[in-house]
Amino acid sequence: MSTWRTLTLMAAALVLAVGTAHAQISDGVVKIGVLNDQSSLYADLAGPGSVVAARMAVEDFGAAAKGLKVEVLSADHQNKPDVGSSIARQWYDVDKVDLIVDVTNSAVALAVNQITRDKAKAFIVSGAASSDLTGKACSPNTIHWTYDTWALANGTGNAIVKTGGDTWFFITADYAFGHALERDTEAVVLKSGGKVLGKVRHPLNTADFSSFLLQAQTSKAKIIGLANAGGDTINAIKQAAEFGIVKGGQNLAGLLVFITDVHGLGLQAAQGLIFTEAFYWDANEKTRAWGVRFAERDRGIHPTMIHAGVYAGILHYLKAVTALKSDDGTKVIAKMKEMPTDDPLFGKGTIRADGRKIHPMYLFEVKKPSESKGPWDYYKLRATIPAAEAFRPLDQGDCPLVKK
Amino acid sequence: MATTTEYLEAPAAAAASVPLRHQYVAFGVMVGFFVVAPFAVYPIFLMKALCFGLFACAFNLLIGYVGLLSFGHAAFLGSAGYATAHAAKVWGFRPELAVLVGVVVASLLGLAIGALAIRRQGIYFAMTTLALAQMLYFFCLQAKFTGGEDGIQAVPRGTVLGVLDLRHTLTIYFVVLAVFLAGFLLIYRTIHSPFGQVLKAIRENEPRATSLGYTADRYKLIAFVLSATLSGLAGGTKVLVFQLASLTDVHWGMSGEVVLMTLLGGLGTVFGPVVGALMVVTLENYLTQLGAWVTVVQGAIFVVCVLSFRRGVVGELGHLLKRPL
Amino acid sequence: MFQLLGIPPQALFGQLLLGLINGAFYALLSLGLAIIFGLLNIINFAHGAQYMLGAFAAWFLLQYAGLGYWWALLLAPVAVGLFGVALERTMLQRLYRLDHLYGLLLTFGLALILQGYFRNRFGSSGLPYGIPPVLEGGHNLGFMFLPNYRGWVVVFSLGVCLLTWFVIERTQLGSYLRAATENPTLVQAFGINVPRMITLTYGFGAGLAAMAGVLAAPIYQVNPLMGADLIIVVFAVVVIGGMGSIMGSIVTGFALGVIEGLTKVFYPEASNTVIFVIMALVLLVRPAGLFGRAQ
Repeated sequence: MSTWRTLTLMAAALVLAVGTAHAQISDGVVKIGVLNDQSSLYADLAGPGSVVAARMAVEDFGAAAKGLKVEVLSADHQNKPDVGSSIARQWYDVDKVDLIVDVTNSAVALAVNQITRDKAKAFIVSGAASSDLTGKACSPNTIHWTYDTWALANGTGNAIVKTGGDTWFFITADYAFGHALERDTEAVVLKSGGKVLGKVRHPLNTADFSSFLLQAQTSKAKIIGLANAGGDTINAIKQAAEFGIVKGGQNLAGLLVFITDVHGLGLQAAQGLIFTEAFYWDANEKTRAWGVRFAERDRGIHPTMIHAGVYAGILHYLKAVTALKSDDGTKVIAKMKEMPTDDPLFGKGTIRADGRKIHPMYLFEVKKPSESKGPWDYYKLRATIPAAEAFRPLDQGDCPLVKK
Repeated sequence: MATTTEYLEAPAAAAASVPLRHQYVAFGVMVGFFVVAPFAVYPIFLMKALCFGLFACAFNLLIGYVGLLSFGHAAFLGSAGYATAHAAKVWGFRPELAVLVGVVVASLLGLAIGALAIRRQGIYFAMTTLALAQMLYFFCLQAKFTGGEDGIQAVPRGTVLGVLDLRHTLTIYFVVLAVFLAGFLLIYRTIHSPFGQVLKAIRENEPRATSLGYTADRYKLIAFVLSATLSGLAGGTKVLVFQLASLTDVHWGMSGEVVLMTLLGGLGTVFGPVVGALMVVTLENYLTQLGAWVTVVQGAIFVVCVLSFRRGVVGELGHLLKRPL
Repeated sequence: MFQLLGIPPQALFGQLLLGLINGAFYALLSLGLAIIFGLLNIINFAHGAQYMLGAFAAWFLLQYAGLGYWWALLLAPVAVGLFGVALERTMLQRLYRLDHLYGLLLTFGLALILQGYFRNRFGSSGLPYGIPPVLEGGHNLGFMFLPNYRGWVVVFSLGVCLLTWFVIERTQLGSYLRAATENPTLVQAFGINVPRMITLTYGFGAGLAAMAGVLAAPIYQVNPLMGADLIIVVFAVVVIGGMGSIMGSIVTGFALGVIEGLTKVFYPEASNTVIFVIMALVLLVRPAGLFGRAQ
């Protein structure tokens, strides 16, 4: 061979070697984008706190020590699917983001789910609730971590009926999410032998619940189920206290409540409220240690289950990336499903073929003011729902990825 | 009340009925910019600017040349968006037919809302359009087919005329540009036609126009429907670009945004709305990291524009050059 | 017990009463808007933001000055009223020569600024504000449990509305105001300081909105967006009642509150839109509004 050809071949080999080494971690950096609502309804239960959780995960993983460069960016989707999908698109196309996390708001999550799939990246949902993400809309590029409407309905509905709350009245937010919550909970209540005495649908973002609460009072149902979220739930609970509903012997069941909602309401108004969550910062030593560390970094706000999900999800993602030495979206998600999960917040768990992360769920009751030792000491545990029963069975979801 | 009022209208010099040469130049600059830009700037961002530009031009037709401030124009943008999304996704229509469906829906809605709103003038008209648009918003929130909060997602882009595959970014870009130019030219032609002259006459002195035999209400309604139709065109096209139809497009905030774009660019100028749309879209893009500050900045722009910058960017430029733009 | 249209009459009366309470807010707010529009011919889009400012002022007073509800009821409207006066003097005054729509756009921009700024500072989940201890609890009226505070809201707003109506329609000051609406130049020629009257009127309107905000604080969430969607409903109320008619806006406000309340019972999904539907119908039949004067 001539010298020229040898040199060219050597050069080519060198370029290939260097090229492929870099091609595995795209641009040499693993970019994680935290996309959620930073300024309106859901800013407290996820918002900037999720960014804090993400950074904590990257630091605790020790990415630098393992030779992995990781960057965290964030943006505010303002609860609008078009803003969220624009940002996701731009992140994937222009900013070379590899993973999007959180996305509180099911509408935005569904949009980002689709875009992530089209562009073969990765998406870990912590904030959104729609059980369609592991059902009809399941994707090989998405993992649904923390909770979903089915788990909430199942936990709350089941457990409450078993403890004597067998007649229900629903106050439902009149939009897809509210309907889904109501439908899932009603099914559980009826299956457990309870009765639904009535329902009323209220427009989203209702300020005044007096009329609907009056109807609930008239029905004399033992449990008033609030199939709504955020400001609607808080308003309803506040006004229920005003109308003396709990004093009159009825109990409120929140179908989607976070510790930040309880904090906003105060124990006086929120006491006795029963609901299901996936995480409580004061549950055990490990969660407490993390919770306190988190609060120091997030203006004293203690973590919600969404923050916990972001942290744990990113930890697991980075483990998979390190094992694969690649941040190719589809491959990493597949690896995440292969590896069992283990983190200080959710303990040991698994991820199913449909992208559903499996862990136990917990039924909490809000403490009375006299029972609480201080701010953020709000919950007492009523029941634990074992992981195997907590989520919708794999074959009931209509997920095309699941082989029948 | 005071007898001398400055009307919301095109600058006096725009009374010419013959397109002026400098406007050809400006048009050339605009087309040139949009043809070259996608190779340097993120095309999806540019398409957003184009769609909103068309929307603002359609809105401007009503305020600048008929003198009617509609505060509910989002109704047409959004309803066309939903119709197009539904046609493309559920009925499987081709993109051009889906957009046509959207345009027809916006037209009919324009007829219905216009017929009700035209009965009142000035502020009453604005509030009526606002309230009717809000009604549509609540309807869209609850109707099954709109998907409520989720919106209609994963709208397929399809292929135009069976040849142009819209999944390629540059292809859809030039299709959107063509649609924009078509709408823009239609508006331009309308302004400089006999019909446009009658509108101007009605705006300046309605009783006199009526005495000359023109039924003012009918002309106003036609202009309203035309404005609604083109807004619908913008809405349907936007849905194909983003593959998503959502409640944001029927919310009153969107109505406020188009007013902002037109005001900033220049009420009643030909190119103002396009410039305004480009500026507002850029601003929002730049400010997404700051979340709620966007609203404050928008509000500040409104205040500043109304107090001391009423001609808008293009209007001021035209004033400087002493030629209408 | 017999049932009226499927609802026991007790529940019906209860809902009517609740509707009346909501109507009180509509009446107070549309009264403020109608007054401002009547005299200044400006649609005060910032009315919702001023309502919100009133509620926040109450919260501030409690949080930082330890002043409770009763002080807030007095001071918040004054504070927001002064703010309104400042707005009018610095910005609105310049727009009177122009088309009235510019006023709408200016106040719209102001509303955006206020709401955006407060949302940035305070988030959107809202701040807690308790019911004043004197008004806590309630009475069992037989057909429903009426919280005392809600009863107070109706009584107080009715009082304020009637007082305002009386001042405008039956006193000398009110007659100056009404005359200035029709012919400001002539009234000024009589030696009455019309610009000052206009300024104070705007301040008063803003103060009324703030008062409604203070009333709302204990029962609704004190949050930056509380006025944003409400203002559009109030616009519809004013269009139905007839712009510029004081009694019209009061009556329409209460009446629409009741109608909305009834809708919540029989067809709750439509409770958002019923007022707009009525507005559309009124526009078809009586474009000037139910009590308005034809233009």
